[in-house]
Amino acid sequence: MTPAVEAKNVTRVLPGTVPVTLVREIDVAIMPGEFVAITGPSGSGKSSLLYLLGLLDRPSGGAISVHGEDTSGLSGDGLAALRLKHVGFVFQFHFLLPEFSALDNVVVPMRRLGRWTDKEARERAERLLTEVGLADQMRKRPDQMSGGQRQRVAIARSMANDPDIILADEPTGSLDQKNGHIVFEIFARLANDYRKSVITVTHDPHLAEQTHRQIHLVDGRIVDDGNGAKRTFDETALPAPPGV
Amino acid sequence: MNLKLDIALTHLKFRKRQTLVSVLGVAMGVGFFIAIASLMQGFQEDIVRRVIDNSPHITMKDEFRDAPRQPVEIAFAGGAIALRGVKPKTEIRGIRRAGQIMQALTIWQGLTVSQVLSGQGFLRYGSKERSATITGIEPDRERLVTRIDKDIVQGSLDALKTAGNGIILGRGLARRLALEMNDTVTVTSPTGVILRMKVVGISHTGVLAFDEVNAYVLLKKNQILQGKTNIVNQIRMRADDVNAARPLAAKIEARFGYRTESWDEANEGVFGVFFIQNMIMYSVTSAILIVACFGIFNIISTVIFEKTRDIAIMKSMGFAEGDIRGIFLLEGLALGALGALIGCALGLGLTYILSIIRFKAVGLVEIQQFILKWSVWHYVIASAIAMVSAVAAAYIPSRRAAKVNPVEIVRGAA
Ligand SMILES: Nc1ncnc2c1ncn2[C@@H]1O[C@H](COP(=O)(O)OP(=O)(O)OP(=O)(O)O)[C@@H](O)[C@H]1O
Ligand SMILES: [Mg+2]
Repeated sequence: MTPAVEAKNVTRVLPGTVPVTLVREIDVAIMPGEFVAITGPSGSGKSSLLYLLGLLDRPSGGAISVHGEDTSGLSGDGLAALRLKHVGFVFQFHFLLPEFSALDNVVVPMRRLGRWTDKEARERAERLLTEVGLADQMRKRPDQMSGGQRQRVAIARSMANDPDIILADEPTGSLDQKNGHIVFEIFARLANDYRKSVITVTHDPHLAEQTHRQIHLVDGRIVDDGNGAKRTFDETALPAPPGV
Repeated sequence: MNLKLDIALTHLKFRKRQTLVSVLGVAMGVGFFIAIASLMQGFQEDIVRRVIDNSPHITMKDEFRDAPRQPVEIAFAGGAIALRGVKPKTEIRGIRRAGQIMQALTIWQGLTVSQVLSGQGFLRYGSKERSATITGIEPDRERLVTRIDKDIVQGSLDALKTAGNGIILGRGLARRLALEMNDTVTVTSPTGVILRMKVVGISHTGVLAFDEVNAYVLLKKNQILQGKTNIVNQIRMRADDVNAARPLAAKIEARFGYRTESWDEANEGVFGVFFIQNMIMYSVTSAILIVACFGIFNIISTVIFEKTRDIAIMKSMGFAEGDIRGIFLLEGLALGALGALIGCALGLGLTYILSIIRFKAVGLVEIQQFILKWSVWHYVIASAIAMVSAVAAAYIPSRRAAKVNPVEIVRGAA
């Protein structure tokens, strides 16, 4: 089977008078349906790896393939088109468009992609927001919401275009335990029921336990790619599927 | 609505004050442009109309464009001898064979023509004296060429024919000499001939330069006065198409040799003033628009600076560089369009206010109100300039926005 996203010998160096190596010689493949956690100490390059896998950053060496296709030769707009269709991001610090309501924040990527009509897009956004427990907050603007609520809007937005690769950078950082578990359950369902590849950075060992596989980074290198310790997820214990 | 436009308008909606200021800047530029264009064009067209009405379309004069070459130059072209202080031969001026030329012009070009002897004269009435340009005319021909009849506000052109020694005076000239109808004025010519003439008409064209100096008598009388029996020094023509006068004049000059000027050539000085006038006015309004564009440049630069995070989010979602650039260009366009719209209303209002102002001014011409030219093109042109410059002002910052590197922003916030 072709991996959803694959890094081959990827190194990223920030140029400068003192060049900084963010990640080095990364070899990793994430399959469709895989739910993967990236763990590691602060500064080990977790976020940097996520940006590379999500085609937001370009490697200095090596190559990233999406569904088996090398992305090295693509232009900035080519990468943007792939992101629009295939990638959903949740950043370490929630990033929402401040003038738009929660609902509109989720609708914007759908309107850009244009796969759904405006009405369908709204209904879909409502379903996604309900899924993350924000059914009664949809009309609010980000500045009228709590940090955790905003983070959940960001998660709903990452799923807006029904991407097959979801990348989350500590999505539960500002959530309580209950909401943290809800988010991870959604991710697990996306992977198990909808064959999405979900890659999330987390510091929480309990949450990391819930994934299929944990990749451990130290100093920009993968020290354990987790392929020895795969575990299956209990699919029967899951609630209804998210709004797809 | 289009997503980019939606985002662009949202950005502006959340910056009402700044948006208002830059929109008003553009509106002011557009409004003034429209009002001034209407004023200038109205004024200039009025002058042109008066000039056309009061002068023949084409005038042939008893002179040549270049001074005639001296016989010695012709005989010894390129010779080693140079003669200095050679004066042109004195000859009685006037257009020779004027009758034949007039006939030829009528047949050849279908023109309406008249012949005239124009010269200086000195008018004296009581203790008042003034010099005047005395034009000897044949009333029945002249009225077809210069439409002189409609300017006669007192008396009539025909009275010239019946009165023994009749004279028609420009109103300004009559006023300066304190002359009324039927008064008798003493006219002295440069050659010393003195005639006592009766005022049989007053003409008023509204062009001060004409009304203050012009006097009309019969051609025969002026020939006596000027001591130039049977001589005319102008042939005046009226063309069917005023705008074709210039090339036609050149053609006529080429055929008959006499200097022949069209109305626009004869009044080139006036039109030169128009050009300078236009340059000044349009520079002033352009300056307002340029200031307005700085406003647009400023607001869009500010928005982009404040929106770096949003740009990073949109790019991470998959917005292409062109999308980002488009959003900010649309913001510029929206400001320009809104400014143009308000500016058009402002322009309409200003022109209306100008149109109801009444005053008395005596300058180049006598006017009581601004003569305004209403043209939809003023609105179209001003709006187009505003929108093009608004987009141009937005272009530089929007390019910068498109180049934002999302990773730097996302990383920087972490
Ligand atoms: N702009 C930059 N200039 C210099 N060094 C940088 C820059 N951005 C990141 N780094 C360094 O690169 C390394 C990897 O950073 P990265 O953000 O990927 O770490 P991380 O594992 O996500 O850390 P955290 O858990 O704290 O978010 C760090 O050592 C960091 O100091
Ligand atoms: Mg990080």
